[in-house]
Amino acid sequence: MSFYLAIIGTKDNAVYDLEFGTFRQGGDGTSKFSADMKQLCPFIVHSSLDIVEEMQWNTNVMHLKVIDKFYNYLISAYMTAGNMKFLLLHETRADDVVRQFFVDLYDLYVKTLMSPFYSVDQPITSPVFDQRVKMLAKKYL
Amino acid sequence: MARTPRQVGEEVWKTRIEKVNAELVTLTYGSVVAQLCKDFGNDYIQVNEQLDKMGYNIGIRLIEDFLARTNTSRCRTFKDTAEIISKVGFKIFLNITPTVGNWTQDNKQFSLIFDENPLADFVELPDDGKAVNELWYSNVLCGVLRGALEMVQTQVEAQFVSDVLRGHETTEMRVTLIRILEDEMPVGDD
Repeated sequence: MSFYLAIIGTKDNAVYDLEFGTFRQGGDGTSKFSADMKQLCPFIVHSSLDIVEEMQWNTNVMHLKVIDKFYNYLISAYMTAGNMKFLLLHETRADDVVRQFFVDLYDLYVKTLMSPFYSVDQPITSPVFDQRVKMLAKKYL
Repeated sequence: MARTPRQVGEEVWKTRIEKVNAELVTLTYGSVVAQLCKDFGNDYIQVNEQLDKMGYNIGIRLIEDFLARTNTSRCRTFKDTAEIISKVGFKIFLNITPTVGNWTQDNKQFSLIFDENPLADFVELPDDGKAVNELWYSNVLCGVLRGALEMVQTQVEAQFVSDVLRGHETTEMRVTLIRILEDEMPVGDD
């Protein structure tokens, strides 16, 4: 079971992305996407951005749940107060778990924003952030 | 009655100090440093100097505030000075008490070891390779100490020797006594 996470900025620019696999049932955390699929992931996720922007006005909560499907892959979205979009490509439906993951990711994101040397929409390159996201993935997914 | 520096610090902190939101201080100081870095084109040595100058200007004024609030009497030795700085000074302005340690034999140098630094909460230095080797993020504190002590006839040199933001184990500032300043007569007086 594999996942692709993307954080998209307020100008639709890429801020962070990560490919990982499930840690449950003995999974080792590496994604099992085929080579074709690996290349397609960013495209699929970015193509659902239009839908995110449409859906954000229909609801007043941040978690938009599953917004798009691509063959047997689902895309869930979470829209933060500062217009940052968290998008997750996954295979099985697990709304609650995904929501908790997004909420903790938001917390991590806010901590990154607090640094005076980080400005909005800047790509996140910190290895500490990377490591913490992986820990979150291990915890929830 | 408050007698030890620690008790004086606690008492003044509780009763005579107006509080402000800590995150406001952290974010304001953060934007000062970030802006300085941009203005000087990431010349971190210059930024360190500017922070020290700013701290000096703060320190020469801060000492009056400190003396007015705490009514501390003149320190008899440099060791007393160190205790007052860490238990009363830092306590009433930042609500932290850095540990005093690493005294030299002649008692003219000591270290302040910070186990928490509210100015640097959530800060990550830019990863351009230079900042992590050249920038002392909290350098304003060195200037503050230098300025404040100069106003009470004590000339010191203060600089950071390690910083957790740079990946070290602790944040440590080394303070060295240069000399006690005697009052000088203005030139031309008979």
